[in-house]
Amino acid sequence: MTVQVLYFAGLKETLGMPGESVQLPAGVATVGALRDWLVGQGRGSLATARNLRCAVNQDMAGLDAAVADGDEVAFFPPVTGG
Amino acid sequence: MAIRIQEEDFDVGAELAALRAGDARVGALASFLGLVRDVNEGAGVSEMTLEHYPGMTEKSLEKIVADARARWDIYDALVIHRVGRLLPCDQIVLVAVTSAHRGEAFAACEFIMDYLKTRAPFWKREATPEGARWVDARESDDSAAARWEGKEAG
Repeated sequence: MTVQVLYFAGLKETLGMPGESVQLPAGVATVGALRDWLVGQGRGSLATARNLRCAVNQDMAGLDAAVADGDEVAFFPPVTGG
Repeated sequence: MAIRIQEEDFDVGAELAALRAGDARVGALASFLGLVRDVNEGAGVSEMTLEHYPGMTEKSLEKIVADARARWDIYDALVIHRVGRLLPCDQIVLVAVTSAHRGEAFAACEFIMDYLKTRAPFWKREATPEGARWVDARESDDSAAARWEGKEAG
């Protein structure tokens, strides 16, 4: 399945890209598994980021959240607006 | 209910007047205005840049305002948040709420701000004499939002 991955703030800077479209192998079905798979693809900062947050289709989600074909999954540091 | 994410500055007086215009039910209007300080975590800040996640930002703020409406008897709410490059003394965020009485307006306004700080996807990058840095989230913001959890509207 194909998933659109987005990175924001310091994570975007460290990875050097705002996002990527990835083709996932079978078995990668949660946000946590997606993160581990991306780390294996060289996105090491996803493993070392402190308090990594994520969203699936623009809703905050935990690492156990399901990921389906066509989803938009974002990884980012804790938010600091206001 | 209006939510606006914009680079341009805003006129607080005009925004507050518009929020309650012609609505004679409104007996209270509470607002919060957030500003850029020139110092943070012991370092001087000469400017900051605000990044956000277009789409999710609006969605999360709509949810926060809807939650506030469900908890308190409020008539209307306004959230304006600026993005892009900002300088010390600039306005960053305005939250305003109207209701019949001050209690609901104060509480809903504070609730929206507390959740905005912990749930809305904005990130600040500050320019300091030691170079640019992304602002770290504060634990105090998490505890400010957490105190609303499990608490009934009062």
